[in-house]
Amino acid sequence: MKASSSELDQPVATHPLSVIIATDCGSTTTKAILIEKKGEVYRQTFRGEAPTTVEAPFEDVTRGVLNAIAEVEELSGRKILDGERIITPNQEQAGNPNVGVDLYISTSSAGGGLQMMVAGAVQSMTGESAQRCALGAGAIVMDVLASNDGRLPHEKIERIRSLRPDMILLSGGTDGGTVSHVMEMAEYIAAAEPRPRLGMSYSLPLIYAGNKNARELVQEILGKKTSLVITENIRPMLERENLGPARDKIHDLFLEHVMAQAPGYKKLIAWTGAPIMPTPAAVGLIMETLARREHLNLLGVDIGGATTDVFSVFRNVFNRTVSANLGMSYSISNVLAEAGLPNIMRWVPCTIEEQTLRNRIKNKMIRPTTIPQTLDELQIEQAIAREALRLALAHHKSLATGLKGVQQERTISDAFEQRASGATLIDMLSLDLIVGSGGILSHAPRRIQAMLMMVDAYEPLGFTLLSVDSIFMMPHLGVLSTVNEQAATDVFVRDCLVYLGTCVAPIGQGKEGERCTDYTMTFGNDRKSERGTLAFGELKLLSLGPDERAQVTLQPAKHVDAGEGRGKSVTREVRGGVVGLLLDGRGRPLQLPTDTPTRLAALDRWYRAVNLYP
Amino acid sequence: MGHAYTPGLMVTERTVVRRRRLLPIPGTVTVQAGSQVTAETVVAKTDLPGNVQAINLANVLGILPDEIRDYLLVKEGEAVKKGGVIAENKPFIKWLKTEVRSPIQGTLELVSTVTGQVMLREPPRLLQLLAYIDGTVVEVQPQHGVTVETPCSLIQGIFGVGGETSGEVVMGVKSPDDTLTPSQLSPAMKGKVVVGGAFLTAETMTRAREIGVAGLVVGGIDDKDLRALLGYDLGVAITGTERVGFTLVLTEGFGRIPMAGKTFTLLSRRAGQKASLSGATQIRAGVIRPELIIPTSDDSAAIATPRGSGVSEERTGLMIGDEVRVIRDPLFGRIGQVVALPSDLSRVGTESLVRVLEVEFPDKTRAVIPRANVEIIEG
Repeated sequence: MKASSSELDQPVATHPLSVIIATDCGSTTTKAILIEKKGEVYRQTFRGEAPTTVEAPFEDVTRGVLNAIAEVEELSGRKILDGERIITPNQEQAGNPNVGVDLYISTSSAGGGLQMMVAGAVQSMTGESAQRCALGAGAIVMDVLASNDGRLPHEKIERIRSLRPDMILLSGGTDGGTVSHVMEMAEYIAAAEPRPRLGMSYSLPLIYAGNKNARELVQEILGKKTSLVITENIRPMLERENLGPARDKIHDLFLEHVMAQAPGYKKLIAWTGAPIMPTPAAVGLIMETLARREHLNLLGVDIGGATTDVFSVFRNVFNRTVSANLGMSYSISNVLAEAGLPNIMRWVPCTIEEQTLRNRIKNKMIRPTTIPQTLDELQIEQAIAREALRLALAHHKSLATGLKGVQQERTISDAFEQRASGATLIDMLSLDLIVGSGGILSHAPRRIQAMLMMVDAYEPLGFTLLSVDSIFMMPHLGVLSTVNEQAATDVFVRDCLVYLGTCVAPIGQGKEGERCTDYTMTFGNDRKSERGTLAFGELKLLSLGPDERAQVTLQPAKHVDAGEGRGKSVTREVRGGVVGLLLDGRGRPLQLPTDTPTRLAALDRWYRAVNLYP
Repeated sequence: MGHAYTPGLMVTERTVVRRRRLLPIPGTVTVQAGSQVTAETVVAKTDLPGNVQAINLANVLGILPDEIRDYLLVKEGEAVKKGGVIAENKPFIKWLKTEVRSPIQGTLELVSTVTGQVMLREPPRLLQLLAYIDGTVVEVQPQHGVTVETPCSLIQGIFGVGGETSGEVVMGVKSPDDTLTPSQLSPAMKGKVVVGGAFLTAETMTRAREIGVAGLVVGGIDDKDLRALLGYDLGVAITGTERVGFTLVLTEGFGRIPMAGKTFTLLSRRAGQKASLSGATQIRAGVIRPELIIPTSDDSAAIATPRGSGVSEERTGLMIGDEVRVIRDPLFGRIGQVVALPSDLSRVGTESLVRVLEVEFPDKTRAVIPRANVEIIEG
């Protein structure tokens, strides 16, 4: 992220960083972690949490922050607070290494996070670019308005008026192109006289990032009705997207306007040594940093109570989407509504009466903090999680695309591939790593449960490494990466990620029991090599520990593709994990038996094969 | 975190509530501090800007956007009548003439020579904000609204549908275990708040709507009956704006669940008195629960601390002897007393290690339950 004006106003730590305290102020919980330099490596050492205090009766976010830090103090024996002040820098030079920290940083999604409305001229072009820009900046996009969105003018105006976002991003038109479409949207916004969600007395921030020739006209019509900020066009040419400047402006306005309205944030902003970031923007940043450093294609997911965020980096292109109403508690009933009951029940290894299940899901919605106590309740929640993950990825695939409606510059290889414009960037075969986060994945009683939920939902192809975030510290590390990338990636790789293992899934289908592929595993150490056959309809879990690697050679059946084409042999080095190496012979695309007794028998067989449940 | 339990719903015979009544945009406050108000008193009012209709004159008349002022018959800021001609072209042949008529009564607000659009705004709509509860105005925020306070009995529900209303409390059933059936609703219940027991069905709700019942308060309903009532499957628990003919408040949850004895007894004692109720529910940040407020003239209530909207009093935590409701299967809906609070983590059926407690039920049976799966019956 480029330094922006507000970042320059922040105090920047100039002394060496040895001890760092970081918080994430979530909607319900404020989580603090302590990071300390041990030798030449940074490690996460202690954590604490406390309820977030943005709302009544406290109405001061810093109360929760102080409480969470106080818990870290208690556990670590380090004095961090002096009353209501964070002691900086660390007092090592004064002979008190256990007093103070060198840096305090924070992210925030309290109070519902950053909620934006975006507008563009054409829905699939500037509308989508604006959406990608806002999502990448960590926002929840409440609506996308466009000239051709199918709504009548008065419906658009009514929608803008009723939404009450934190800010609006208006784009439209290429530089030098026609101004009338983007001006039409500007006129609708002006007529709606939109008001911000928080605070009655300030005007709504609006970022104009459209055709530069319309800037004066936009200033004229929206200058007095909104807090207008003009920046570079997000789509200067049809063939090019330029999301960076508008994204930086969103972060600036998030701090200057939105955060400044939230209770206690002015104080919090003054405490931090780097700008406060929206939580999802920070998570995106650490994923992007990891993908760049390790040269990976990466897919990340954070499945929460209300929303599911999906992040991807494919061929160095970062995308983020948020499925605002797919979650495991507040929005659990919406997962049922969107996925449909049969899709959820297909993963449950027992039968349950429909009305009972529907009532249970509604009861979880209205009492979101309850936890499964019995095995069948756990199995139902994990079945719902599979569907939430699947739907959120489908949503992500539809937005993480190449630019639509354009003549793309093609290389020779592209010409052979004949890729359509606007095709999704998510290529499961070239995916290297999946990072799962969120309570249902990170706190699954058995790690294999987290692994299989992601495998069933995402259907990875070929060879894919899977991991989970141990204690949800990605937001903290994201904002830390803006200050010290080494510290952030040290902790990310050593303490944040728990490697589950590698999933090997050949592409193709066949009759149950028919040969899918032969495999050979060889190891660099004294361990004897292993060989065997994976049949269709079979799931196998082989032992391969967190520090182990193996050479896996697949010799697939004639009609099966292990990544290099049908019937072609493939050899890859794979990494182990706390679960091991999962050989998935269930076929791709994954199809479950449709009749209930056969499906239940298949689930039982698979779940036993990997020791999924007690 | 220290608080590994769900804060409970308030069910209390005597308390004092304060409700802030705020306009969405600045306006005029119509009462003074100290005024006695009823639920129906207008405490503040404002003019909401009228709806806007956009017409693209350039497209309709087949002219360039920068020419539209030449064809307009009204100027910006001038009034327009519904059906009145606001623009016309000037063809050589008269019968080729195109007239553009206003679809609304209002004013011509904006003329854009860039897009060729005109914006017509309807007259402002008057918004009158009601007091919602019988009580006393204790605070005035000029231009924004007031705070009304009343001594009362307060019952918070877990989930509701529909907005604010008021009416006399009547008991529809004899016991908290009963089902409220359509035959138990009579025309005399029009405009009243009817208390059911453990359950009611879609047929009962249809009958309530026919009669014009103001509110229904019941232990539980089935998810399918909620879908039938709303016409869609509710995905996220944010409610309060539905127009289903009455306000529904669930005290326990989904399914057939007897209303907590304490709630039923309190409602029985207050039968015949006026209640204000709201179905508005928001489970996410800034929790809002549905509620019944039954104002009382009982002075002893006044010694209680005023409870603001959405404010949950901080407790020190669960204690032995607390009455709790189990809020998750397999014992969902059962009410008992905490008899043990082991400090060590325990392994439950899912293999998760969690903090638990032991509850004794009225039939003297006991169960070990995760602390996250109980809620204190407060008040």
